[in-house]
Amino acid sequence: MSTTTTDRTPDAGAVLDVRDLRVWYGTEKGAVQAVDGVDLELRRGEILGLVGESGCGKSTLGRGLLGLLPDGAARDGSLVFDGKDLLAMSPREAYKRRGKSLGMIFQEPLTRLNPLMRVSEHFEETLRTHERGISKKEVEARSLEALRVMGIPPTRFRAYPHEFSGGMRQRLLIALTLVLRPAFVVADEPTTALDVLVEAQIIRILHDLRSTYDTSMLLITHNLGIIAEACDRVAVMYAGKIVEVGEAREVFSRPQHSYTRELLRSTISLSTTGLNFIEGAPPDLSDPPPGCRFHPRCPDAMTVCGQREPVLRQVRDGGSDAACWHAEVSEGTDAGRALSAEETQPLERKEIDVADEA
Amino acid sequence: MPTRPETASPAVVETAGLEVHYQLQGGALSRLLGLRSRTVKAVDGVDLQLRRGEVLGVVGESGSGKTTLGRAMLGLAPTTAGSITYHGSDGAAVVSDMKGKALRRLRTDVQMVFQDPGAALNPTMTIEQAVGHPLKIHGLASGEELTRRVHETLEKVGLAPVERFADKYPRDLSGGQKQRAVIARAIVMGPEVLVADEPVSMLDMSVRAKILQLMLDLKDELGLTYVYITHDLASAKYFCDRVAIMYLGRVVEVGPTEEIFANPKHPYTKALLGAIPDVDPERQVARDLPRGEIPDAALPPLGCSFHPRCPVAREECGWESRDLRPLLETHWTHTDGDAADFEAERAVVGDLDSFDTPSSTVTVGRDHEQVSALLDRIRAEDPDEPFWTGVARAEADPSGGTRLTFHEPVDPRLRRSGGVDVACVRYGEDPQ
Repeated sequence: MSTTTTDRTPDAGAVLDVRDLRVWYGTEKGAVQAVDGVDLELRRGEILGLVGESGCGKSTLGRGLLGLLPDGAARDGSLVFDGKDLLAMSPREAYKRRGKSLGMIFQEPLTRLNPLMRVSEHFEETLRTHERGISKKEVEARSLEALRVMGIPPTRFRAYPHEFSGGMRQRLLIALTLVLRPAFVVADEPTTALDVLVEAQIIRILHDLRSTYDTSMLLITHNLGIIAEACDRVAVMYAGKIVEVGEAREVFSRPQHSYTRELLRSTISLSTTGLNFIEGAPPDLSDPPPGCRFHPRCPDAMTVCGQREPVLRQVRDGGSDAACWHAEVSEGTDAGRALSAEETQPLERKEIDVADEA
Repeated sequence: MPTRPETASPAVVETAGLEVHYQLQGGALSRLLGLRSRTVKAVDGVDLQLRRGEVLGVVGESGSGKTTLGRAMLGLAPTTAGSITYHGSDGAAVVSDMKGKALRRLRTDVQMVFQDPGAALNPTMTIEQAVGHPLKIHGLASGEELTRRVHETLEKVGLAPVERFADKYPRDLSGGQKQRAVIARAIVMGPEVLVADEPVSMLDMSVRAKILQLMLDLKDELGLTYVYITHDLASAKYFCDRVAIMYLGRVVEVGPTEEIFANPKHPYTKALLGAIPDVDPERQVARDLPRGEIPDAALPPLGCSFHPRCPVAREECGWESRDLRPLLETHWTHTDGDAADFEAERAVVGDLDSFDTPSSTVTVGRDHEQVSALLDRIRAEDPDEPFWTGVARAEADPSGGTRLTFHEPVDPRLRRSGGVDVACVRYGEDPQ
């Protein structure tokens, strides 16, 4: 299936090239396919936002890229980083790249820092583990520089994690990740536990990172506002699949997929003048619906949507890539025109109860 | 949009000079050693009127005291000074004086919707039991009458067909469904006032609007009055008739929603509005965000609590010794990674911890000339830094260092200004 979804030519500037990535969890109900055939590429120095509702598989995808999945999870596909497939190499080889080349910024900074270790010791441990033989002087210089970029003064270098405020701890964690100068970083909801003003400070730091470090970032969040603020491109995920991906500006102003449009409409912002929401709940991933997985909730669903799976591709010139039959039809693409009259009939939808919701 | 109540609507809940202070006892060791116990001023002098039929938003960051204020309205937080008055059907009653029976009576009229529906429901009770529990506790219904009223309420909140949900346990429901059950439990006794503490912030984006719509529908149907506690200004803008912005235990601005959002006055309100990440790619988060984070409520800043973060603070806003630390630390993060400079300057300033005791005068370092030179360098980096307006005098101290004397702090009270009340020295009928 992945071969059919790659209309794009591989980008020479891609740091990480993800093809047909699948992640399963074994559960009592059977295999749950949390990530189902995802194709993505991270370009050099860009921030790619990954957005979706809880349970759509966005955190699993982020962890799957780094190989940080729990026991009982399996992954398949290809993850080409620096010319080598991470999934094809030995666990030892992949382990060596983690931290050094592939970094992760977690959600709760306090639980990720050792309360008994000073900030200086955190940096020392990190640097010595990944760069054997680094001198004490260089450890200090590199650490202080990373802290300074994150706006943490050198006076705090010997402090303990509990002496920092929530926002400072998150910046500390970002500094700890970036001090190794990884080529690629996954940031999983890095601002969710923070207050509005502190969140805005962190978003600005992330946004400005590109000028300081040559790092690509996958920023996972459920907050569309953060994506619009910090990201170059955005990927929208629904029920284990990427349904739309493109330039953030383009996706927000001209969403192609019905799900993206509805998600934007249901977001409450300062310019909200009426309440909108998406009927129903995301599907059970151990038994997803056939065709487009959004079709049972989609206001634009046609007969074909419940039968055949749409392909993720560009449906309009200069627009984002979307996997949506409705977009194909309304943009009059070849695939859209090839549909029969019967297939484009509006889908008779099952009544969704008011309370059937996420 | 919510229906606007008459501005002259009588108050249903009123707080006057409300204070909720918590004593921090410290550990057994610190008590043995006779260390001073500290007081956290969670709510510190709040005057608010909740008018019948309105939605009053209480907005603030974590640590602003918004949740404590909401809990105090139900008698769930101890009032240490001031009062809360509930104007019910049988006259006015002071909530802060209530105990036992009187408090239980109050809870048939004033109810709470909690933030985390996963934690607010007992995992061993079915939805039917949970929603019927208040009626049982208060002896309001039993047997068939109980079942009838529970089913009626479940239908009202959209948990229909009732048979599908009545026997379910919380773990069988989604987040949105659980929050509906929590709302059902809050309205089952027919209350007049609902205090909703972040009722949608734990829910997914696609469901938030649905639960807010449900709350608006219930308000019209049952004639409810809401206190909507939130950190999310965007939902407050849509949902509330009036908004009170809280910071460190105080209300810093309160007024009609339209006025506050169209024309925010307090620098904190302005900052909050500027910091919301918006989906509109044309709208960017403001670049001049306040620095730092909400201060320690046990030792609030002198003068206006917001002054250390305020971009437009003036001389009388309460500048003090503790403001030196962020000033120096910001300077050191700007110094281009030159560790030698930092060490040298640090030696000039001496122990930063000596600035941590709040005071309007402070002595810096041991060598007046070197300290003055350093302070001049810092000032030259950012001449517009409001800190410098607060310095009344900088002179040589007999001990050798530089003695800074700050202007007398002014603690602004809420004052009327252009349709809202705002606690800022820049606004009000008697400008300083």
